[in-house]
Amino acid sequence: MSGPSPTGRDRWTPASSVVLAALVVAAAAVGFVWLPLIQPRAAVTGVWNAICTAAGLVYTAPANQPVVQATYPVSQVEFVPGLLRGTNAESIGRGATLALRCTMCHGARGLSPADTPNLAGQYPIAIYKELQDFKSGARVSAVMQPLVAGLSDRDMRDLAAYYAYLPRLPPYHPASAGTPPEIVLSGAPMRNIAPCGACHGELSHKVAAPWMEGEPETYLAAQLRAFAAGTRHNDIEEQMQNVARQMTPAEIQAAAAYYANRE
Amino acid sequence: MSNNRTLILVHFWLGFIGFGVALLLGAWQMFARSPMHAWLGDPELYYRSVTAHGTTMAYVLPTLVAMGFGYFVVETALRQPLTGRHWAWAGFALVLVGTIAAVVPVAMGRASVLYTFYPPMVGNAFYYLGVVLVVVGSWVWVALMAVNLRLWKRDNPGKPVPLAMFAVTAGALLWAWTSVGAALEVLFQILPVALGLTGTINAGLARVFFSWTLHAIVYFWLIPAYTAYYTIIPRAIGGRLFSDQMARLSFILFLVVSMPIGIHHVFEDPQVGAGFKFTHSFFTALVTLPTFLTVFTICASVAVAGRLRGGTGVFGWLRALPWHNPLMLAVAFSFIMLGFGGAGGLVNMSYQFNTTIHNTQWVTGHFHLIFGGAIVIMYFAIAYDVWPHLTGRALDSFGLMRAQLWTWFVGMIVTTFPWHYVGILGMPRRMAFYDYTDPQIAPEAPYVDLSLVGALILVVSGILFLTVLVRGQLAPRVAPAAYRFSVALHEPRSLPAALNSLGLWLALMIALTVVNYGFPIVHLIASGGSVPAVIVGAAR
Repeated sequence: MSGPSPTGRDRWTPASSVVLAALVVAAAAVGFVWLPLIQPRAAVTGVWNAICTAAGLVYTAPANQPVVQATYPVSQVEFVPGLLRGTNAESIGRGATLALRCTMCHGARGLSPADTPNLAGQYPIAIYKELQDFKSGARVSAVMQPLVAGLSDRDMRDLAAYYAYLPRLPPYHPASAGTPPEIVLSGAPMRNIAPCGACHGELSHKVAAPWMEGEPETYLAAQLRAFAAGTRHNDIEEQMQNVARQMTPAEIQAAAAYYANRE
Repeated sequence: MSNNRTLILVHFWLGFIGFGVALLLGAWQMFARSPMHAWLGDPELYYRSVTAHGTTMAYVLPTLVAMGFGYFVVETALRQPLTGRHWAWAGFALVLVGTIAAVVPVAMGRASVLYTFYPPMVGNAFYYLGVVLVVVGSWVWVALMAVNLRLWKRDNPGKPVPLAMFAVTAGALLWAWTSVGAALEVLFQILPVALGLTGTINAGLARVFFSWTLHAIVYFWLIPAYTAYYTIIPRAIGGRLFSDQMARLSFILFLVVSMPIGIHHVFEDPQVGAGFKFTHSFFTALVTLPTFLTVFTICASVAVAGRLRGGTGVFGWLRALPWHNPLMLAVAFSFIMLGFGGAGGLVNMSYQFNTTIHNTQWVTGHFHLIFGGAIVIMYFAIAYDVWPHLTGRALDSFGLMRAQLWTWFVGMIVTTFPWHYVGILGMPRRMAFYDYTDPQIAPEAPYVDLSLVGALILVVSGILFLTVLVRGQLAPRVAPAAYRFSVALHEPRSLPAALNSLGLWLALMIALTVVNYGFPIVHLIASGGSVPAVIVGAAR
């Protein structure tokens, strides 16, 4: 510690402390009082208000400030780790029973040639979210909505577990088919389009983004067009709408054809 | 030199081997996003590489150099055998295990979160545990530096602490305190998510904790370089240190004002109040003081050497300097890069200017010029200077050393100057690829190509560096004279306690941290604001 020096009294401790304190006070006076007050902002009124604003205290918005709400139902599903925790073999069994009423369109083992989505091996979280969205009305379908109306949360988890359990269609992209389309591999950065593959597989995978390998081309293209037109809007924070709106019809077709490719 | 040569050598070797690998990754990154390479199909590969490059260069290399150099200083400046050598080996083992634990998940693509972590992205737990082990290993070193200094003081009451020891201990204590921020972030915020105990994270708070570490870590990297300026260079070029007290004052100022200023890294973050951003900007400006003191003192010391060697006149002493001496070249290059990098840093730290270049390639240019340039070139100089004393073998590839330093200097300039320029044009940093066919980006293409050329020159230089060291390891045995540090023009006989111990300055550093960080941290904890974590690279 800084005791008295051999040559006399310790002047360093008080001097350095005072200098540092003075610097702090000077910086604080400028940063917390002077600068906020000279800003041409009506929100800052008086010294105390200036200090609070500069300290980062956030005011709640005044009541007269309207909050813009979506005019349509939006997805209520929140993705947190462990969302689907607790499913087991029994869930798969229950899901298999419940799935009997889905077979007409989605096939006996989750695969069907009817241009409806193949559900076999789909990520459970993607199935669960879509079922929830059909039920809440965030995603609109004349066929699906009556079918999910009676499903409980448990039913949806079980269905998700069952379909996730079924073997999925593997990716099929032989070298003879050439390189994947640019939109899948690189997106279009200047139009703010991330690569499809960054979320939907090939490059990486993100939470709740569905497995798209082997899905019907007609279905994929129709969904992209629906996102672009805004008729489908259950994507969180309009991620897919923003992407699809910027895509050209040719890119939509290329992406759909790429993922629909199967053996 | 004592029997702890092996201990010190393994620190340097592990650091430099990591440096070699990370250097290749860096050059590949430059290539991958240059117009010379087609768009990288998988951007994740790029981020994986950036994470490995940053983690190795920012955490592993400087920590090991600081540790090895610190032990070296204990033995040579204090002239006492290192107390606690078993602890030192344990610390090294922690760093080694931590490095491996961190690099494996990164290589597997499970932790591509970049070395700045960026919550709410969360990677594999082993990555963070690895980084924690590296830091804990370095804390062992911090404790050993303090213990050894205390033992020396007990045996030498009232004597001035040798400057080299004073400096490296200041660096150690600075590191001990500055690493606390990231440690809090990793232990209390990130690891609970990485281990699956919780799914949300207060990202704003985490970023403030990281800023606590992120700025002063630069000064931890820098202190071995500054120690070399003051205690090696004047001796190596045949001069005297101009002022011992000025040197101590610089290290003290670094200790006090370099630590609680990190919020200038989060100028664009909405969760921190503008008042704190201003005060941190203000104190960042004060860090220029110890740097200017150093530039003055070292230039004066070099001038003394020039005049002792017969140089006269206003500029004549410059010609008389031993330019064939690699250490002379190193310090000159280091100062030039420090000058440009420091000037760029003034732009970064300014609350207003920063908006122009925030998160652009300018920032990458800045810290490569300061750290990769000014600091790392002094790591090379330190290695060249101490190597014969560690290996007991001659290190005489002087031509190679000069070539290495020249190529590092030229390579770093050619890499970073274009980065600064394209940063001003608006090129964001940390992007895996650019569409150079776009008319808005096309003008940047030739400059990116130029920085790729710089990166390749740096790779050549890195190879030369490792070649010199390996040749030193294989050279015939010699018996080097006892290692000496610089002697000051006026060697201190007695010093006021404030210039001979660090307690007062530590207290001021902690007090200033409380003032500058206390409210934002408490406020962010109290106001909550956790968001769902984004797990990187996990199969779902």
